[in-house]
Amino acid sequence: MGALRRALSRLLSFFRKPPLDAELEAEIAAHIEMATEENIRRGLTPLEARRQAIVRFGGVETAKYKHREARGIMTLDILLLDLRYTLRTLSRDRGFTLVAILILALGIGANIAVFSVVNTILLRPLPFQDANRLMWIAPPPTKCGLSCATYSTDAYDEFRMYSRTFQDVTGYFAFSGPGNLSLNRGGAPIPATSIDVIANFFQLLGVEPAMGRVFRPEDALNGAAPVILISDAWWKTQFNADPDIVSKAFDMNGRQTTVIGVLPRSFDFGAVFSPGAKIDAITPLNLYGPPRGWGNIITMIGRVKPGVTLAQAQGDAEAAAPHMCWNNNVPKSCGSYAVHNGEGGVVPVPLKDYVSGRLRRSLVVLWSAVGTILLIACVNLSNLLLARAASRSKEFAMRGALGASRFRIVRQLLTESMVLSISGAVLGLGLAWILVSWFAHQGAIALPLLSTLRIDGAALAWTLLIAVSAAVLFGLVPGLRMAGGSLHESLKDSGLGSGQSRKHDRIRSILVVSEVALACVLLVGAGLLLRSFLHVLDVDLGFQPERAAAVKVEYDDSVPGDKDGTLSAQKRGAIFQEVIARVSAIPGVEAAGFTDYLPLGQNRAWGMPWPKGIKAPDKSPGSPLVYVVSPGYLRAMGTGIRGRDFTWDDGPKSQNVVMIDKGLAHYLAGLANWPNGDAIGHMLDTGGDGSRIVGIVDDVHEESTEEETGWQIYYPNTQANPTGAELVIRTTLPPATLAGNVLRTVRDLNPKQPAADFKPIQTLVNHANSSRQFFMLLVAAFATLGILLAALGIYGVISYSVTQRTQEIGIRMALGATMAQVQRSVLIKTLRLASIGIAAGAVASLLASRAIAALLFNTAPSDPATFAAMVLLIGTVALLAGYVPARRASRINPMVALRNN
Amino acid sequence: MGESKLDLLQGTLDLMVLQTLAAMGAQHGYGIARRIEQASGDEVLLNQGTIYASLVRLQQRGWIDAEWGTSDNNRKAKFYSITGSGRDQLAKDAAYWQRLSGVMGRVLAMSEEGGI
Repeated sequence: MGALRRALSRLLSFFRKPPLDAELEAEIAAHIEMATEENIRRGLTPLEARRQAIVRFGGVETAKYKHREARGIMTLDILLLDLRYTLRTLSRDRGFTLVAILILALGIGANIAVFSVVNTILLRPLPFQDANRLMWIAPPPTKCGLSCATYSTDAYDEFRMYSRTFQDVTGYFAFSGPGNLSLNRGGAPIPATSIDVIANFFQLLGVEPAMGRVFRPEDALNGAAPVILISDAWWKTQFNADPDIVSKAFDMNGRQTTVIGVLPRSFDFGAVFSPGAKIDAITPLNLYGPPRGWGNIITMIGRVKPGVTLAQAQGDAEAAAPHMCWNNNVPKSCGSYAVHNGEGGVVPVPLKDYVSGRLRRSLVVLWSAVGTILLIACVNLSNLLLARAASRSKEFAMRGALGASRFRIVRQLLTESMVLSISGAVLGLGLAWILVSWFAHQGAIALPLLSTLRIDGAALAWTLLIAVSAAVLFGLVPGLRMAGGSLHESLKDSGLGSGQSRKHDRIRSILVVSEVALACVLLVGAGLLLRSFLHVLDVDLGFQPERAAAVKVEYDDSVPGDKDGTLSAQKRGAIFQEVIARVSAIPGVEAAGFTDYLPLGQNRAWGMPWPKGIKAPDKSPGSPLVYVVSPGYLRAMGTGIRGRDFTWDDGPKSQNVVMIDKGLAHYLAGLANWPNGDAIGHMLDTGGDGSRIVGIVDDVHEESTEEETGWQIYYPNTQANPTGAELVIRTTLPPATLAGNVLRTVRDLNPKQPAADFKPIQTLVNHANSSRQFFMLLVAAFATLGILLAALGIYGVISYSVTQRTQEIGIRMALGATMAQVQRSVLIKTLRLASIGIAAGAVASLLASRAIAALLFNTAPSDPATFAAMVLLIGTVALLAGYVPARRASRINPMVALRNN
Repeated sequence: MGESKLDLLQGTLDLMVLQTLAAMGAQHGYGIARRIEQASGDEVLLNQGTIYASLVRLQQRGWIDAEWGTSDNNRKAKFYSITGSGRDQLAKDAAYWQRLSGVMGRVLAMSEEGGI
């Protein structure tokens, strides 16, 4: 209590310095007056009386100093002094100050931006209430895509009933495609994307609406009036942020749908659950409506009870799994979700891990890269400060001679670095802000939570931390060096060719070497990531994305009184055939066809089609992804077929046919022992009479561009029911030029066609590669920055040594050295520094590249081409950086050089 | 004046100031300094200026109060007076010093007798 009051009064007195000083002044004056008077009374002359009084008082300045020391915080006083002095010296040396602040701003700015990304994706909890209790419940990933990562509605109900550790379980319909909602407000319908969620979705996540209400159980019952929740972004763009939107109804997908609420800005479904996708609205999923019989459609999300550990939740889920039936009416399907032969299962993982776990390694690498940049920036600054310190050594020797302690001088220098660092941090914060706002609006990058990216309190704290550590890091070496020098040495030292500056030279060389080495590590890392990225671009995807585009087409194939779907299949076939014929007639369109799912997007599986008459093996190898397509689709995608494509004759009444990919054909042929290993013409058990394999298709990368391909099976959309229709066209012209024409043709045929996006297939591929590209570009940018800083460092050291050796060079030239010889000697010094740095950097890179091996694609961590390119690049940059001072050295006029100094 | 004056031990000045104020009532800086010099029989080497650091220290601890007033010969001066907690502290410190000096005296006496 007393200590606190004392500290407070000390702090207060710091801010009340002028009045307190004046008071003390008055007190001392009174003291001396009184002493003088007393002395006069004792018989001294007034002059002597005053002299004696002052002598008895002791040093007035010392008394004031001690008084201030006792009453206030000396550190603050000194800080103020140092700051004032620092600002004076820095403003005198404007060039140095600007360069230093700029270097720091780049280094610190990059660090803040990356920290914000890491914080948003990795460190910060998900934007839900008690997010650490949320679990993603799914089997481990398998070949058969989304269908093997989801559960049936029956299974969901059973899990909810039998699990004990979960407070509640929710989920959403995993197969909603983009553009599945069409909003009709007069004019062309507007396409939007909505997701069906189980009614308790928002209660479970703890998300409150910004306006209106969230779903209630009765919203999801049979016959309930259609309701919708809209996202903040859609509310603003589509409904002009209408404050009275709640309870208004709109024509959506042909039904009057009531808006019951607007979701808060902080809730972005796409950002968390499907990175890179824009979700405009949320609708309730009717668990007891049609989806009941649809098989695996629900992704489950659960909230465990407080205090439940992950292991407990996993044990609980394992125990509940045998109760879960794929379909309650098919007793055989009960327990099919439990682990079989080490596959499948019901496994809760923290939702956070599901959302961002796979990015952890990339983010850590990014973080290290940006940390390296800061390190290089610090080394660079150390170097600049050392150069400055060398020229200021006399100033400090003088201060030392006048009584400043070493500590006091180090403190002064640290204040200077702190001022530089904080200024750099402020500027860097500005840079980071620009960068972060730009990232946040890159909707095309498939990184989770990117749209919620911002510079928050944690980022500001991080800024302060790195600014202060940077200041200590780059200020300490020059500071200690300066304060450590002996007095006479510095005062005698003429600054040229003497011992002290030699020592400086050595330290500066070491700093530059380490800077080059660090830049090497960054460059190798960036090079390896770049090569990996190029390799990913080179992957044969099984289709040709260039000059192909897709557009979502609406159609109505309903036929009243159609019992088995035959009539509607015929109607559908006729519609599709007509669209394809009309679109193919557009000049520049080479091929056209329909599919329900595009590669690298959504997918589903229908189970394994075994060869007819073959018993399935015990261990299921997974099942192929299903695509329901029209004739001409594969040609439009640029996927090769052996055998034949579907034709319009493959109708609902003719024999069922399928095409399968090479991988599946190979597996089935091996299993069934088909002659010559050829699958064409053989029958598969796809229900009913089975289907004949008519074509073998190239393996398509349907889930990711990098991983191995799974299996695919294609059904004709006149024999199987497609989920939707994506019209794919292959063009001879750039696809975008045909967009208007194609959309107009489609609209002519169906006036209800919404103004759908015309998506080049290349954008699907780019989207799949976007997170790799994002990391690669960032690391490459940091590597570039690193090289520039290293070049600056080399230039600084060589240039400084040339300046120092002006006289020596002058003498040499006077003695007959040619310009070329002088240049060569400077360049050799440069190369010596650079090559030591490169050698050290190569060793460090070998170690560092092992750490990023998991992020590489078809690229060895010790890839010789990358290392060779690194050596060449850094060598060239170093030579360039050395060439400028070398040229200057060779232009030295011996007469001038010798006359000076 | 052949003998040099005593250097003040750390912390002793604060105690002297407190004692002076307790004995004499409110007093200005010069008065305190003079009083200490007189009481010590001019044996203490006191730079009178150092008294002000001590005064501000005691004030911050709440042991003394300060107020501007007028001295006997009509001069404006800051007058210091001891507070209640200052008196408590004085009693504590005085007891401590007496014990310490008693111990020191005994120890030193012993070393002289039993000395070499």
